[in-house]
Amino acid sequence: MSTDRTDHLTGQVATVPGTPPLAAPEAAAARPGPGGPGADRAREASAGSGRVRLVLAHVGIVLAAALFALPLVYAFFSALKPNNEMFSMPPTLVGSEVRWSNFADVFAYGPFATYIGNSLFVSVAGTLVVLAVSTTAGYAFGRLRWKGRDVVFVLFLVTLMVPQEVLVVPMFIVMQWFGWVDSYQSLIFPFAFTAFGTFLMRQFFRGIPYELDEAARVDGAGPFRTFWRIILPLATSAVAVLAVFTFMAFWNSYLWPLISVVDYEAHGTLPIGLATFSGQNGTRWDLQMAASIISMIPTTIIVIALQKHLVKGIATAGLGGR
Amino acid sequence: MTTISSAGTRRSSRSRLSRIESRQALGFMSPALVGLALFTIVPVGLSVVMSLYDWPAFGERSFAGLGNYVDLFTSNPDFWPALRNSAVFALLYVPLNLVVALSLALALGPRIRGRAAFRVLFFIPVVTPIVANALVWKMLLQPQGLFNGISVSVLGVELPNFLADENWAMTMVVVMSVWQGMGYNMLIFSAALEQLPAPVIEAARIDGAQGWRMLRSVVLPMLSPSIFFATVMTVITALQVFAQPQLLTGGGPGNATLPLVQFIYNQGFKFQDLGLAAAAAWVLFVLIIGLTAFQFRAQKRWVHYEH
Repeated sequence: MSTDRTDHLTGQVATVPGTPPLAAPEAAAARPGPGGPGADRAREASAGSGRVRLVLAHVGIVLAAALFALPLVYAFFSALKPNNEMFSMPPTLVGSEVRWSNFADVFAYGPFATYIGNSLFVSVAGTLVVLAVSTTAGYAFGRLRWKGRDVVFVLFLVTLMVPQEVLVVPMFIVMQWFGWVDSYQSLIFPFAFTAFGTFLMRQFFRGIPYELDEAARVDGAGPFRTFWRIILPLATSAVAVLAVFTFMAFWNSYLWPLISVVDYEAHGTLPIGLATFSGQNGTRWDLQMAASIISMIPTTIIVIALQKHLVKGIATAGLGGR
Repeated sequence: MTTISSAGTRRSSRSRLSRIESRQALGFMSPALVGLALFTIVPVGLSVVMSLYDWPAFGERSFAGLGNYVDLFTSNPDFWPALRNSAVFALLYVPLNLVVALSLALALGPRIRGRAAFRVLFFIPVVTPIVANALVWKMLLQPQGLFNGISVSVLGVELPNFLADENWAMTMVVVMSVWQGMGYNMLIFSAALEQLPAPVIEAARIDGAQGWRMLRSVVLPMLSPSIFFATVMTVITALQVFAQPQLLTGGGPGNATLPLVQFIYNQGFKFQDLGLAAAAAWVLFVLIIGLTAFQFRAQKRWVHYEH
């Protein structure tokens, strides 16, 4: 983006936090300014162009958004074309016919329903494992006092620094030891124990008042009851954030399934399946686009449904990256 | 926490309590500990061992000492190019990603109508499968695809074959990656912008700070912790890039867009040389840790934390 655009947009952001949205341009302009006549003149000038700037800002953003959305929009319309019109010159948005049947043909071309089923199963199961492991360990780290807690916690944090890419090669051998190569277990478990979830839950649990534990203990509740009945219900928002991010990570995961899945027809996940539309007889671009669009639906729905919590969720989970 | 009156019993019951609590904690911890041991600590140890062996996927293993590492740096034809490609990708991707993300976060101020909807739009490619995103861009970037199609039919200019051209291929991998990934940083920056303290901004405005000066002298310094965080994370993801080049270019033409992770994948699972792959993975790890440590050290120079 050009500097001058950022420039006038900054002026807006700058006014943000203090002024309520409705009061924005006119109110700011009407207020007699403190400071010298120079400042006054500047303010008048900016007030005069305030409305214009706002309109320009909207135009700029709509243009940027349109440009940004173009690949997805074009992919959607391409998914409705006959395959031989995918690359017509000049390019068209809508082909000679609108083939909704492409979306059905995706399922006839290969075991696409299996890919979807596998992805759903692995993502849901993986998320449940992550939630179970992270909440229990987070509780132990955040609410219980025990010897060596801080040392073990540091060890956990250290493992956060090991990227998946370093682990996949030896993980394949570990899967061979377990006899898990090409299995659901290998898709679910190896990366369900990363310390990120534990860290997130621990941070959240520590923010809950400790009097609650004591009250529970006085009432005769053991730590498991306290965890399950009192602490966990108070942490639903953090659990939800973790669940959403974990589900999406499993749903989109590519490198590890590519390595650990041998028989695509049996254990292939959706990202793996998407590549199968390019074969020796060329690429079925029409079906590949339809399949790609289908694969985008679940996570897109999640994001749209949770849009109100998006910024806060990122602020919560963002600490550990994704 | 315990409320027992006499000091003597307090101590003994404390230690008893803490013993009990330790045992209970172990119960809560055990799934995470077992998982961490099996799926992180064991693989990390194994990876060290593997990197010191000739470790074919099938057949005899033999101890090789540092042979794999020596091979990587002296004789392997793809390793240096892979390092270079990862570096080039990171150098292009990280600044571009941050600038676009920050600009959009700033642009989507509270006076923009439908800003929530715009945010969602810019965030969508972050959460859709990266494979699907890459395949969409692969279609667009074909010689007969949308980009060249528009250029030829509207301007009459034939564009280069982006994915097959040595210079353009990396550019397009970067562009596609920024398109797909920057929404995440945009939300980080949006969250930070919403938490800027209003009085400081107001004071700066009264002092006559506006526009570019407001951005440079007030907003950016106050955002610097978020920018630092985003930079660290984005550098790490840049070094981990795999799917985009693998699907768009296959690492080509030649090895022009082959990054480190794809090198590791190819060595290990295409050429079945798991020892060499493990060694290369350690080089990647050292790079990531080194760069991250460097950034944490350098942050004193430009990151302003409020105390």
